[in-house]
Amino acid sequence: MSAATPLLDVRGLTKHFPLKASPGNKSGVVRAVDDVNFSVMRGETLGIVGESGCGKSTTARLLMHLINPTAGEVIFEGKVVGSRDLPMKEFHRQVQMVFQDSYSSLNPRLTVEASIAFGPQVHGVSEKDAVKRARDLLSRVGLEPARFAGRYPHELSGGQRQRVNIARALALEPRVVILDEAVSALDKSVEAQVLNLLLDLKQAFNLTYLFISHDLNVVRYISDRVMVMYLGQVVEMASTDAIFASAKHPYADALLSSMPSMDPDQRTEAPPISGDPPNPINPPSGCRFHTRCTFAESVCSSRAPQLTSIDDTHRVACLMYEANVAHPRSRVNVLKVAA
Amino acid sequence: MSQDAIIEIKDLEVVFGSGSAAVRAVNGVSLCVERGQTVALIGESGSGKSVTLRSLLRLHAPKRTSIKGSIRVAGHDVLSLSSSALSDFRGEVCSMIFQEPLLALDPVYSVGDQIIESIQRHKGCSRAEANKKALALFERVKIPSPERRLAAYPHEMSGGMRQRAMIALALACDPQVLLADEPTTALDATVQIQILLLLRELQKTLGLSIVFVTHDIGAAVEVADRIAVMYAGQIVEEGDVRTIMRAPRHPYTKALLQSRAHGSLDRGQRLATIPGAPPDLAKLPPGCAFAPRCAYAQDACREGTIALVSLGESHGARCRRTDVTHLPHTESVEA
Repeated sequence: MSAATPLLDVRGLTKHFPLKASPGNKSGVVRAVDDVNFSVMRGETLGIVGESGCGKSTTARLLMHLINPTAGEVIFEGKVVGSRDLPMKEFHRQVQMVFQDSYSSLNPRLTVEASIAFGPQVHGVSEKDAVKRARDLLSRVGLEPARFAGRYPHELSGGQRQRVNIARALALEPRVVILDEAVSALDKSVEAQVLNLLLDLKQAFNLTYLFISHDLNVVRYISDRVMVMYLGQVVEMASTDAIFASAKHPYADALLSSMPSMDPDQRTEAPPISGDPPNPINPPSGCRFHTRCTFAESVCSSRAPQLTSIDDTHRVACLMYEANVAHPRSRVNVLKVAA
Repeated sequence: MSQDAIIEIKDLEVVFGSGSAAVRAVNGVSLCVERGQTVALIGESGSGKSVTLRSLLRLHAPKRTSIKGSIRVAGHDVLSLSSSALSDFRGEVCSMIFQEPLLALDPVYSVGDQIIESIQRHKGCSRAEANKKALALFERVKIPSPERRLAAYPHEMSGGMRQRAMIALALACDPQVLLADEPTTALDATVQIQILLLLRELQKTLGLSIVFVTHDIGAAVEVADRIAVMYAGQIVEEGDVRTIMRAPRHPYTKALLQSRAHGSLDRGQRLATIPGAPPDLAKLPPGCAFAPRCAYAQDACREGTIALVSLGESHGARCRRTDVTHLPHTESVEA
């Protein structure tokens, strides 16, 4: 990591959802996000990938404080979010979010113009200026204000609605935009249009993106760095090129090799891993991936791996890459020799 | 067409509703699937791919749907089957797996009971025999500890396991044709590839003919022998999977393949996009439905019906400009 302070620093973020006790079931917790640490640099796009239940959306919601963390803190430009230095309302002006379902995230009884102008008015912008800003933004996202400003969400197509959601997220002039599966519900030909729009807006407004998606091709295309999550924990984090060229964590490697081949002559011959991800209510002990891992040894079920740096930008949470662990297939010395 | 055809769809038209609000979901689809072949129907939402597939089992509500054309599956004329013949046909000749197994399976019966019921209905065997067969099916689709899983209810299984159970149910009465409607879309990446490979293996060992509907080109490439691309209720291009992936000739297929984000793209490089959005099926434009979004379109494309142009053995595109579509668009203008 460079010496520059990160724009967003996440430390020990944890969310346990309590489960109601039912007959025959003791009350327990869903460990949706468990001690997640990462930072986001100014102007970069950080992609977050993982399967359902890995905690990627919960992480996004925790960042936005849409739900309260069980533990941990978020630091924005050196200030703790929610402290006296940076009240929640001010933080929300700086960080905005776009959701997957473009329809349920817009108020059906407001015109799109009113939806976009709502946020700025809450933050003290006059109605006249807020509407003007809304119209500017509509044209920035490719929706002609004269035609679209007075429409209601149900009068728009999915792609158009997602453009409105993006305009609304930008209405407060935020620094960071969290895109939670923002293009996943769109058709491929429309998805490409929205991805291009996101690239243009990023440049025009100097934005930083957190891009959450299960579509690895899209994440590879848009992200500078990628973070892979499994059962509420970060298992690997590296530059996009490094992770797609050679993912170190056995899960990250399996996930990336699960992408269908686009070449009819190079079809996938065997599934990279078997089974489904386990339930996050009672995650496996030690390394949470050991139940599906082909490299698992006895040590993996008893000892939880730490996120370890293997070079300046590449971090991995696997006992094979941790020093002083008796994993028979340790890669630590191999890396030392290579370096 | 071919002697070996197990599915022959001719000039299929499916219209929902009537009058000015009529939605013309399928507009003249003809498709031939040979025995032992896997055909993928790909397209965006509203392109008519699922409607075509469901017509093969006549799953549309008869009161609100008008179906024209002919469908023959393994010698049965599907559109004229009586309701009892249709019940025999479903499951025994042709069966289907759906996108969301949690909705497709009955929540109040164990998955084993659902499979046994189906086997007893069609094969008329004893419950013990049906149970034995169900167990063998669970082993075939690689469900771990199959005896225990037969007694499980759908909600007790994980997503991938449920999809395996639904495949077992679909195969319960030894059908010749398996229809799959987005079977992996709701699954995670590592589970999706397992299910795709399972389908490929079952196709090979059981000699099934499969029609596979998906919007994911990658999934289609993993399992299909042939690909048919649908747009606005028509098959706009059809061919061998290699031909479609390497030398597509319909401008829509070309644009669809180019607009995908894929590994060889540089970051920050803009994606090629298709302008506009798919047409409203209640108000289709005259001529080629893709013409308003097509870079190659000429005035002639906006009138009449567009015929399928043969481009070599088993490759065809519904386009008037196939003489130039193998060239990039800029060169085609000069030509």
